[in-house]
Amino acid sequence: MDEQFIGHAVIRKEGLGKVTGRARYVDDLAFPEMLHGVTVRSGIARGRICGIRFGEGIPWSEFTIVTAADIPGKNEIALIEHDQPCLAAEMINHPEEAIVLLAHADRYLLEEARRAVQIEVEPLPSIFSIEDSIAKRAVIFGEDNVFKSYQMEKGDVDGAWAQADFIIEGEYRTGAQEQLYIENQGMIAKANPADGVTIWGSLQCPYYVHKALVALFNLPVEKIRVIQAETGGGFGGKEEYPSMIAAHAALLAWKSGKPVKIIYDRAEDMVATTKRHPSRTRHRTGVTRDGKLVAMDIDFVIDGGAYATLSSVVLSRGTIHAAGPYFCPNVRVCSRAVATNAPPHGAFRGFGAPQSIFAVERHIDQVARAVNLTPEEFRRRNFIRKGQTTATGQLINEDVNFNRLVDRAFRESEYHAKRERFARENPGAAIKRGIGFASFMHGAGFTGSGEVYLASIVELEATPEGTVRVLAASTEIGQGTNTIFSQIAADALGIGYDRIEIAQPDTGIVPNSGPTVASRTSMVVGHLIESAAIGLKRTLLDSGLLCDACTEDEFVRACKRYIETRGPLRSRSQYEPPPGLHWDDATYSGDAYGTYAWAVYVAEVAVDAVTYEARVTDFVAVQEVGKVIHPVLAAGQIEGGVAQAIGMSLYENVVWREGRMANGQMTNYIMPTAADIPPIRVFFEEQPYPFGPHGAKGIGELPMDGPAPAIINAIENATGICVREIPATPEVLMEAMTERTGTLA
Amino acid sequence: MRAYIPSYDLRIPGSLTEALALLSREPGVWQPFAGGTDLMVLLEAGKLSHKRFLSVAKLDDLRGIELTTADVTLGAMTTYSEILKNRVLQKEFPLLCAAARETGSIATQNRGTLGGNIVNASPAADSPPALLVYDAEIELVSARGVRWLPYHGFHTGYKKMQRASDELLRAVRLPRRVKKWRQYYRKVGTRKAQAISKVSFAGAALVESGTIRDMRIALGSVAPIVLRAVKTEDALCGSGVTPEVIASAKESLAQEIAPIDDIRSTSRYRLRVAQNLLEEFLSQLAK
Amino acid sequence: MPETVSRVSIACRVNDEPRRVQAFPMARLLDVLREEMHLTGTKEGCGEGECGACAVLMNGAIVNSCLIPAIEVDGADIRTIEGIASGSQLHAVQEAFLECGGAQCGICTPGMVIASVALLRRHPHPSEAEIREGLAGNLCRCTGYQKIFAAVVRACESAAEERPGS
Repeated sequence: MDEQFIGHAVIRKEGLGKVTGRARYVDDLAFPEMLHGVTVRSGIARGRICGIRFGEGIPWSEFTIVTAADIPGKNEIALIEHDQPCLAAEMINHPEEAIVLLAHADRYLLEEARRAVQIEVEPLPSIFSIEDSIAKRAVIFGEDNVFKSYQMEKGDVDGAWAQADFIIEGEYRTGAQEQLYIENQGMIAKANPADGVTIWGSLQCPYYVHKALVALFNLPVEKIRVIQAETGGGFGGKEEYPSMIAAHAALLAWKSGKPVKIIYDRAEDMVATTKRHPSRTRHRTGVTRDGKLVAMDIDFVIDGGAYATLSSVVLSRGTIHAAGPYFCPNVRVCSRAVATNAPPHGAFRGFGAPQSIFAVERHIDQVARAVNLTPEEFRRRNFIRKGQTTATGQLINEDVNFNRLVDRAFRESEYHAKRERFARENPGAAIKRGIGFASFMHGAGFTGSGEVYLASIVELEATPEGTVRVLAASTEIGQGTNTIFSQIAADALGIGYDRIEIAQPDTGIVPNSGPTVASRTSMVVGHLIESAAIGLKRTLLDSGLLCDACTEDEFVRACKRYIETRGPLRSRSQYEPPPGLHWDDATYSGDAYGTYAWAVYVAEVAVDAVTYEARVTDFVAVQEVGKVIHPVLAAGQIEGGVAQAIGMSLYENVVWREGRMANGQMTNYIMPTAADIPPIRVFFEEQPYPFGPHGAKGIGELPMDGPAPAIINAIENATGICVREIPATPEVLMEAMTERTGTLA
Repeated sequence: MRAYIPSYDLRIPGSLTEALALLSREPGVWQPFAGGTDLMVLLEAGKLSHKRFLSVAKLDDLRGIELTTADVTLGAMTTYSEILKNRVLQKEFPLLCAAARETGSIATQNRGTLGGNIVNASPAADSPPALLVYDAEIELVSARGVRWLPYHGFHTGYKKMQRASDELLRAVRLPRRVKKWRQYYRKVGTRKAQAISKVSFAGAALVESGTIRDMRIALGSVAPIVLRAVKTEDALCGSGVTPEVIASAKESLAQEIAPIDDIRSTSRYRLRVAQNLLEEFLSQLAK
Repeated sequence: MPETVSRVSIACRVNDEPRRVQAFPMARLLDVLREEMHLTGTKEGCGEGECGACAVLMNGAIVNSCLIPAIEVDGADIRTIEGIASGSQLHAVQEAFLECGGAQCGICTPGMVIASVALLRRHPHPSEAEIREGLAGNLCRCTGYQKIFAAVVRACESAAEERPGS
């Protein structure tokens, strides 16, 4: 197949609207008679609602007021479990629980009204840490606060300790992280019993919202319609939470009979929506004196907040990635997602893997030291190769070559020369420099049988105007969905990039191609688009209206002729799993993912001995990704993910007070600026994956996994300080340092 | 947006006389509003309890930077961008320029004013430590008249200052006598740009033949007000710069400042870093 | 009901056109632009002057419109993202953002374009440090800034190409 567009840096499909300010995000939309909506929240981590009081000085009769009693169907946000209410009716389990919704045309008055609603609560004991949850200081979910647990075993860990010459233990922690998309979450709803519910919003997964509203309103599926507006970033933060806002806007619209817009301001978005799951990982690792891994025993716990939401799936991915890209014959991972009285944690790029990969890649540096090997040498002796099995027992059948990736990353970063130079220059220097790296992989697509379960569908339709429309539920959220899909379709059809249109994701029009998550959009859905395009062309060829070696004009004419004489020209493609994949949910073993992207990232840091600030001064990212469909977009994904991970490693600290995020302002929750991010140098290798479009693997989440351990490894190289938690803020570095010696000598 | 905007009044008088007359007629009713970069943030957070503001945006008396051989006088409405463009300030008052460059972003610098910064009285403000080191004086005007007072001592407690409710800050005056002084400014924030300071340090010293003849040390974010460390200054005057002197100065500094734990940092960090900054400043004097 | 003051009349120029609106004195310029004038290109990202998504040019200088009270806009000259292109002719900065991949989700892009335009007016050939400083007030969560820097450099180059005699 010709690659006229794939592999080239075509202009972003919707780029013109974005650079001119004409792109319309949800808050740019308005409807006649539209009301604004706000949410009154619990303010307390756990308790029982005794009453709701509406204060003086507000003309309440002008307001639409909604509580749980107004919900036509089930009071829940349908996702996986059924524990999260749409509106709290009796029990409160976190400080940002929605209890009352208000709507009014005057946005300013609405804010006054929000302040005037008092929720009377009888407090109950609450818990805020993984330790308190496991210890059952209070039981807030089920019998034991555990949303989900996994036990993944390979070989015989207990029997393998005897073979180890050294046993090394370590505990590693990661904190919560806010996705901090620059566009706050928001929805507009129209809803009434006759027409059903229509939603416009900032979202990643229109069919997730659709499913949640069907249950909430007890309406048939065709009466709920969800339309994605231009969306200003998601990173997972707009995977599941939008269902909650959509439900709220729809309930207010249902009761008022008018369109209702709810837009969160930054403070509300930061404190009330989901964040990355905090984690605690304990490693116990057995190695031989010549540096071979014989046993890995890993305990991985994530804090899910007050409701289950997606914790079981985050836990799954974190569990599967916990042992790293190494061959070890005996591995055990025991993992749990536990409940606390914080707002539920949720999807955030990487989805459990950044947490467990931070731990293993930090730990491997410690293991290397114990066996008197360099971090590089130890890894080289243990990297997984074709023909070996992963921690889930998956046989690697591609030519993964970590040695080559390390060689390239070290060459580009001048790793050895810098390591040697820093060691020479650091003593007595005011700025200590260091270099560190991480090696890792990220499985693309849904785990195990997930993609089969999703059974994604895409459609293509030729129009009488001579264009071809792509109908898919995959959303453009900045990563380049519209562009990639257009490139794939154009090349498969042999027509121009500009002849491809991407239909706005609207559940009334597009089929369910699954959620825009899990690094699946290019690899899984892109492949479906390629098949559907081939199918469309085949239909034309079979009709005799077209021959194989045709020009674009001939193709366009053939489409028009077909539509005129035979009716709609459409094709459809549904997911089929690659042959030979077997996953066992019961034993949590087998082929976890169709394929992995493989990477080695190198971070160079400078640590200031006066202020204890660490900053990243250079970053090299080398990854094997199957096929680079769009060089600028692909590099953009890596660069953006690395920047987010730099934030996660050094700057982004959520300050918790009684389950509430106390620093819910951009002034106090620190993401890196243009002055903070170093040059990020990105290099791709391509080893085509047979089941991705033109060989492409998924890459959206990969860059979130490697930077944190690379950076903290570099800080250890620079200073000798062994930090086992992120964010490694200057306060953390100072305490670690003074504990050790008193000065950064 | 958490404020009921229709309740808030902002008037823009066209002359200083008009402004002062209003303040005099209705004392305590009107609070001054300069660039708005602090007050508008409070407004949007729903934390601005005062509702009536008097903008000084059109008061030409509060604008401009004037030079004499003895001093530089900056109008209260001088923005950070204007400070950064002024050649005399760049040359003779580099600490003020360093502070201005580290204040917010360029958009903030275009609106934020020196007078607004002083009257907002945040202990984390970036420019005040430089003003303290430069022995700044400030001019307060009211319908009752004009008075000058040293900036040092203007702040009497957290957000408390010696400004009567009918007074406006009109100007800040810096004596031009630090040309031979060694100067140092360092702000330690949460990131490299657009950061609220965790600790800031301004220092200036007159060193002759290896001996400290005169010393100024001022810090931000380590006390309820921006602070001059006068005891530490006094202890250093007359000394050479030796490791013992530095160690002793760090001890003395620890006694003078009162850093706290807050949302951004810890008292232990602030204390240690303040001491390290002092050491870095003094070590540079030894060279 | 809470106490209210009267709206004031604001007469200003926006993107070279005279505009007149009624607004509360401390309404934000951001809201006046978006709601009264229906210029939705300027975005709200934080409401605290930290993210720069609301940046506009006011009397030629970059400001965060979420921090400008409406009454101060009277008599001012405002330029928003809608006024950066000349009709259908994109500004060099906008072209560069398209060529270099400087926009991903696009929500920071209007403010980022304004900041880039303002930067290039101050420094037609900015150094890397000047670019970083010039854009430090505009947060981007998608790009890691790399391709935004590249776009600014590209815009300088193309502006240089267009100058007569080059």
